[in-house]
Amino acid sequence: MNLFDYKRPSSIADAVAAGAEPGAAYLAGGTNLLDLMKVGARKPDVLVDISRLPGLGEIETLQDGSVRIGALVRNSDLARDAGFAKAYPAVAEALLSGASAQLRNAATVGGNLMQQTRCLYFYDQQSRCNRRQPGAGCDAIGGETGKHAVLGWTKQCIATHPSDFCVALAALDASVELQGPDGARSVSLEEFYTLPTEDTPGGADVRPGELVTALTLPADAAHFAGHARYIKLRDRTSYAFAIVSAAAMADISDGVVQDIRIAMGGVAARPWRARAAEAALKSKAPTPELISAAAEAALADASPSGDNAYKIELAKRLVHRAIEQALAGTPQTIPALPGSVFAAQAAGR
Amino acid sequence: MADTPIAPAGHVRLGSNSGQSMTRREGVAKVTGKANYAADNKPEGLLHAVYLESGIARGKVISLNTEAALAHPGVVHVMTPENAPSLAVSPDEKPVPFSARMEVLQDNRVRYAGQPIALVLAETLEAATEGARLLAPEYEAEPARIGFENGEAYDPEFVTTGTPPARQVGDIDAERKKAAHTVEVTVDTPLQYHNAMEPHVIIAQWDGDKLTIDMPNQAIGLARAGIATYLGIDPENVTLRSPYLGGGFGSKAVVFGPQYLAMLAAREVGRPVKLVLRRDQMFGPVQHRSATRQTVRIDLDKDGRILALDHHSLSTTSSFDDWLESAANASLSIYASPAIKVSHTGLRVDTGTPGAVRAPGLASGTAALEVAVDAAAYRMKQDPLDFRLLNYAETDPGTGKPFSAKALRECYAEGAARFGWKGRPLEPGQMRDADGYLTGWGVGTALFHAPFFPAKASAVIRSDGSVGAQTSGADMGQGAWTALAQMAADGLGMPADEIEFEIGHSGLPDGSVAGGSAHTASAGSALFAAGSDAVRQVAEIAMNDPESPLYGAGNEGVRASGGRLHRVDDPARGETYAEILTRAGIAEVEGQGRGRREKSAAEQYAMYSHGAVFAEVKIDPDLYQVRVSRLVGAFAAGRIINPRLAKSQLNGGMIWGLSFALHEEGIHDLRSGRPINNDLAGYHVPVLADVPSVESILVEEHDPHANALGIKGVGEIGITGTVGAIANAVWHATGVRPQRYPIHIKDLLEGELARQRG
Ligand SMILES: Cc1cc2nc3c(=O)[nH]c(=O)nc-3n(C[C@H](O)[C@H](O)[C@H](O)COP(=O)(O)OP(=O)(O)OC[C@H]3O[C@@H](n4cnc5c(N)ncnc54)[C@H](O)[C@@H]3O)c2cc1C
Ligand code: SF4
Repeated sequence: MNLFDYKRPSSIADAVAAGAEPGAAYLAGGTNLLDLMKVGARKPDVLVDISRLPGLGEIETLQDGSVRIGALVRNSDLARDAGFAKAYPAVAEALLSGASAQLRNAATVGGNLMQQTRCLYFYDQQSRCNRRQPGAGCDAIGGETGKHAVLGWTKQCIATHPSDFCVALAALDASVELQGPDGARSVSLEEFYTLPTEDTPGGADVRPGELVTALTLPADAAHFAGHARYIKLRDRTSYAFAIVSAAAMADISDGVVQDIRIAMGGVAARPWRARAAEAALKSKAPTPELISAAAEAALADASPSGDNAYKIELAKRLVHRAIEQALAGTPQTIPALPGSVFAAQAAGR
Repeated sequence: MADTPIAPAGHVRLGSNSGQSMTRREGVAKVTGKANYAADNKPEGLLHAVYLESGIARGKVISLNTEAALAHPGVVHVMTPENAPSLAVSPDEKPVPFSARMEVLQDNRVRYAGQPIALVLAETLEAATEGARLLAPEYEAEPARIGFENGEAYDPEFVTTGTPPARQVGDIDAERKKAAHTVEVTVDTPLQYHNAMEPHVIIAQWDGDKLTIDMPNQAIGLARAGIATYLGIDPENVTLRSPYLGGGFGSKAVVFGPQYLAMLAAREVGRPVKLVLRRDQMFGPVQHRSATRQTVRIDLDKDGRILALDHHSLSTTSSFDDWLESAANASLSIYASPAIKVSHTGLRVDTGTPGAVRAPGLASGTAALEVAVDAAAYRMKQDPLDFRLLNYAETDPGTGKPFSAKALRECYAEGAARFGWKGRPLEPGQMRDADGYLTGWGVGTALFHAPFFPAKASAVIRSDGSVGAQTSGADMGQGAWTALAQMAADGLGMPADEIEFEIGHSGLPDGSVAGGSAHTASAGSALFAAGSDAVRQVAEIAMNDPESPLYGAGNEGVRASGGRLHRVDDPARGETYAEILTRAGIAEVEGQGRGRREKSAAEQYAMYSHGAVFAEVKIDPDLYQVRVSRLVGAFAAGRIINPRLAKSQLNGGMIWGLSFALHEEGIHDLRSGRPINNDLAGYHVPVLADVPSVESILVEEHDPHANALGIKGVGEIGITGTVGAIANAVWHATGVRPQRYPIHIKDLLEGELARQRG
């Protein structure tokens, strides 16, 4: 590990000032950053420890009904907040399906948003990687690509965003609040992640020194409390990233889908909103045929980036399942997959 | 997980200790952090060593920036091929069993990714780590050869260490002509890397030409002999301390290049040196399980009896050494067949050299054989268990010898009853659970060798009444501290918690290798004998002492228990060891013991532990997420010294089998040859939630030939059989016959799509 300085500012303003220095990196739970430093994928000159900054640890419901989640709220605290889990069950489900209990206890909400891809070639320092070094090339292409993107990729980068949490957030139209040297801004979470283009690899759109201060869920996000699911597929029951995942949430009355949200994880460099799938069901009384059509629509633009065509079929089936289950209810009323971590935790609640 | 260990009914005890489910002797020390593992030692003046590993798989290192590394604050010394001291013998020499060709920076050649190419010593671990990074190697790379398609095939002279690579029993062509049915399957198994919780560690300190080492090791005697030879010093000058190991699984039976580098470096700089492998460094120089591509062909008569069994394994090895997974040999000992052919082809790839990984040969071999046997049963439309019983081997198929003992039939029966095998539909895809998941049941036969290694131990009885026993054996976590102490205590006629007991040090009598599932039998027999020898000496003193109540009782007339000798005909008449020795004015007697196997028995009988494993899987019918909802294994392994620990071993083995079937795989980039999932986030092993129910049953078995005490082993057998049982359950649930391990969602989905395409 390279030598680096360590700073622990005591206010957001000081943090942003320190974070704007060249070579600075914010340290929150450290569950991703420290691993990256150990393998040499990140070599910051200064670690700006934000983990004790005041004012970033709250979950607040605002006047207008929107919810603001401070960037330092721990993943497990948010998932276990009874009021929050009841209002946004799929978000809780997504959080609990991520990483392991130990990691969730340490990991912050802001860090989860900002975590790096799990592309094995990003981690392997001898491999060429455009994300690590723009213009270097991408050694993932033609390599082990079983878990890489099937949507929104280019030859620049075929990596996926690994977060579970963000998939549910994207479905709910969450936005990210940032504080930078030039002031504050808010951006939709979906757009916060830029997709690769023909000549850029994509990634989180943070400007130098910008600190994620909070996430907000708009007021209408609460409309989906009764019909929401997040399903994650993986080869091991826990402590594994998604092969593909899907969030589906619906607002149903009189047997008609008033509003529906569908997003996928593990398929692209951002949590992928499937708007065409949503359109297939919105304002309709759902039928199996409509659900199938929606699932087809969700993957209509997909193409394999390597040895991963199976993910397209799998994602289709998973979206289908997520919609079906969301229409039927929430994790409280529908069994999780056998052996699912969520099944155990839901039961213990 | 159901578990209250119960000794099998009618179990014969050696004394009051063996056969009891005692808890771990060192358990409290371990959970309170008082057990001193090798890396916990901090000798005065310690330097930290970090080696730099090669980033290419084949070629040459052409430059290393040693100046940059040496300029980094805290870096003390950098060892490269240019200045590395050499061993006293050629690094290609193999002075002791299990040796591999040594890699000690003898040249600049790179033979696999992860090979040590330089060693940095520094005052702190961080400085050594950064020093290694600053070496910024440049290479002359040659294309990596990795994967079944890219390796170089060759006909091996032997498999594992010295086993013939091919064997034939009967006339396979003649039997094939009689066949009514033929089944053939090809199954791939991946590279699996050793990943004990505790990585390889060494702390080496020299005092003149005396070397003291703290290092987790499974074979202290061999290690000491090897170290002495390689370093050109007297074995007496090597002290090796290895009281606790955080897992070994075969990888700690060998001392590897990086550990030798630390010893050489410590001698060079005159300070103690500590080297701890990082997790990613476990994917290179410290052995792994070969990848195999196995083909099993079974020819059957019209009733489903096997006529010919042909098992071939293409096993990978390194470009510079010859260890090969003996997978095909699994077919020599499990099912009866008039003709059997087993053969191996080696495949040289650019990895480190493979070696023994828990249940070598048989884990991989049964993973393929059991799938083929299941396919054969289905071809005959027979229940897989009935099919196995139909082809039950009454004598060892490979040698024709009788088994020393074989309670496999009982294993099948007890396992099937416990699992509820009855009523299993023959056709796949017939069972669904209440939640709609496809449910499948599979069975596999488990088998492991029951070798025996000559071992020595000593015991002492003192005039103050204290007693003790010692051997240099190793506790890798399997429970040797406890089970061996139970046997020593029985030899000494004392309760186990009242004896002083010592293992894990080279100064003790050589307890041989903790490996081959033979440690309890081998070292345990020696300890029992040593204890008995000490008691015999005390008894002789008493029987010759007119003042003793035992005077004249004769050898057969005296029994030992609770630190006291008494007459068989009148237990009230006796006295304690302390009384006898005190009156005789003798401070202590020392007993010596050896564990051995009768030569005639070894020649006459085939010796194995046996078992049957039953698996239930639940599989999502559309998404193919697989979960093993139940594993039940029934095992017969002779006398069980500690049922609780034996069950832990068997359960742990079955969990490893699950890991083999569904999770473990070392992935190398085929172009660079580098392992790219070299951490525990990427290299999957099961988490607790993957093993909701694992149960092992100890089946009563009396083995009069394996050794005097009738002990076989339980350490490795649990993996065998389990892998196939799970693969067969997956088939039973889905109708897709797995062709490679680990079985993933991708394989089952693609299997379904392939079937739809017809
Ligand atoms: C083995 C393993 C398995 C995992 N499995 C999963 C999984 O299945 N699903 C899943 O979703 N996640 C998974 N994770 C990832 C985990 O969720 C993230 O590591 C965690 O959320 C990061 O949070 P942190 O607070 O520890 O961030 P840190 O490690 O401290 O930071 C991560 C990055 O975010 C930046 N950062 C942190 N906070 C801020 C902020 N407020 N403003 C700006 N930048 C910031 C840091 O500079 C750094 O670049 C896994 C992680 C590990 C190690
Ligand atoms: S896919 Fe993206 S992250 Fe992976 S190596 Fe290529 S550029 Fe880097």
